[in-house]
Amino acid sequence: MIGNVIKYEQDNIDTDVIIPGTYLKIHDYNELATHAMEGIDPDFPSKVKEGDFIVAGKNFGCGSSREHAPIALSTCGIKAVIATSFARIFYRNSVDGAFLLPIEIDDITYQKISNSDQLEVNIEKNEIKNLTKNEVYSMKPFSEIIAKIIAAGGLFKYKK
Amino acid sequence: MNITEKILARASGKSSLSPDDVVFAKVDKVMVHDVSGPGVLKVFDKLQKQGIDTSKLHDSTKVWIAEDHFVPSAEKISAENIVKLSNFSRQYDIKKHFKYGMGQYGICHTLSHEEALVNPGEVYVGGDSHTNTTGGLGAFACGLGHTDVAYVLLNGEIWFKVPETYYFKLNGKLPPHVMAKDFILKIIGDIGTDGGAYNTMQFGGTGIDEMSVESRLTLTNMTTEAGAKNGIIEADEKTVQYLNERGSNDASVFHGDSDAEYSKVFEYEASELEPTVAKPFSPENITVARELSSTELDKSYIGSCTGAKYEDLLAAAKILKGRKVKIRTEVLPAAISIYKKAVKDGLIGIFLDAGVTVGPPTCGACCGAHMGVLAKDEICVSTTNRNFPGRMGHVESQTYLASPQVAAASAVTGKLTDPRDLN
Repeated sequence: MIGNVIKYEQDNIDTDVIIPGTYLKIHDYNELATHAMEGIDPDFPSKVKEGDFIVAGKNFGCGSSREHAPIALSTCGIKAVIATSFARIFYRNSVDGAFLLPIEIDDITYQKISNSDQLEVNIEKNEIKNLTKNEVYSMKPFSEIIAKIIAAGGLFKYKK
Repeated sequence: MNITEKILARASGKSSLSPDDVVFAKVDKVMVHDVSGPGVLKVFDKLQKQGIDTSKLHDSTKVWIAEDHFVPSAEKISAENIVKLSNFSRQYDIKKHFKYGMGQYGICHTLSHEEALVNPGEVYVGGDSHTNTTGGLGAFACGLGHTDVAYVLLNGEIWFKVPETYYFKLNGKLPPHVMAKDFILKIIGDIGTDGGAYNTMQFGGTGIDEMSVESRLTLTNMTTEAGAKNGIIEADEKTVQYLNERGSNDASVFHGDSDAEYSKVFEYEASELEPTVAKPFSPENITVARELSSTELDKSYIGSCTGAKYEDLLAAAKILKGRKVKIRTEVLPAAISIYKKAVKDGLIGIFLDAGVTVGPPTCGACCGAHMGVLAKDEICVSTTNRNFPGRMGHVESQTYLASPQVAAASAVTGKLTDPRDLN
């Protein structure tokens, strides 16, 4: 997976800014995508490109259980959110619904990645290559169940 | 095993469990509402295209439906979502559908206890993050997204990683004018919005024994704001009586083992707690109410699953009785049963005499949906649970989270007010 970074140097990016509550009534994925990140970056839907990665600080996706959040981001083309930690419902929604990969990195890696860097993410090797800076970082391996659900392509395709 | 481990062990057919074990747990009760219900139907559509059978639920008697976020229908999209819910309950023969305009209805988490829909020791999941609330009855209660809820509806079970448990011990009875809301805000201030992430937050101690069931539900409700998987309080006779009064036939006490282990214990003295407020823009951004006494407000909002239970309205009414509000103030009882009791006991009259607008049960402005959302630069004191940017309306509005007593006292003065300082 190769893509460019949209970096938000912020902790606790919550679901109210990823997709504000007023849009919870909407269940059309394309329409949700037009409001992605509206609370923090209204230009996001116009600048994001297919295959991009969001990079952010700790506790990404905290707040509500709205699956609209990973849906809006993935419909915009985001393949992975790379953060120092995730809130639990956003994390499992992303994986169980097969919307995007929630990838955990350490603080040092978070500091090293800049906005617009081009990254190559390899989840088999737990490795992130920064093609812009010619650096290689490690990511936190997925737990066993998460790795299996990702490999299956979501919870409904996962066989116990 | 502690109570959470014990419930998950029973539900997954294991004799013992430890933190980090992964289980598929059988689910006793499932809830969807007017946001997650249509979301689940969208998942069902996708599954049908993949050839997965969605024509029958695993057990429709375990499912119940609430209408709360955008009701009474805010505009045509939300009206259509309500129609989808009606079709959903008809198609799958779901008997427990609490419809607005047809008797009892209200916020899903409030109905879970008002209607005694969940018993101590059960596994309960809902398509809403504040499902944690119901853990105050001694159940394992956990919020999930649409895909996971769809999985539960079709398969009757779901995976969980067994959480570590943080135990919050409260010694002694809360002082006058200090409410459970103040205690949970203090905890979130101490541990942060990720301080309970992926873990269980369990509450106990003499202060919890003393507390009413509704106060306990305020604590578990906001474990969500600390990122917890679930909040839980072991049921006692008070819990069983509360549920029996509301029609439960099979509620009984369910406890963890006497040698239960906790990964961390936090201890609080009730006598040291004070009316507490979370400033914009995070529930962890707390201070004592007295420090904010010069903060001018535009609005006071007394609503939501967190802050519009009967006891919350009673606390607000005691302050508003014989007084007038100085700023726009709304009270939205969290369920019709609470509304009726508030009418019968004269609370609604007190609110109206004070100048308050009393609205119907709804999540309403708590999640920025409708019924009193905030304009740019408006400042609100609210009994709700979150104050992230844009939570209650415009991204540049501001919300101060507080107890019903603080919200009512502030309504009277127009500034953030510690109820102890009200003349």
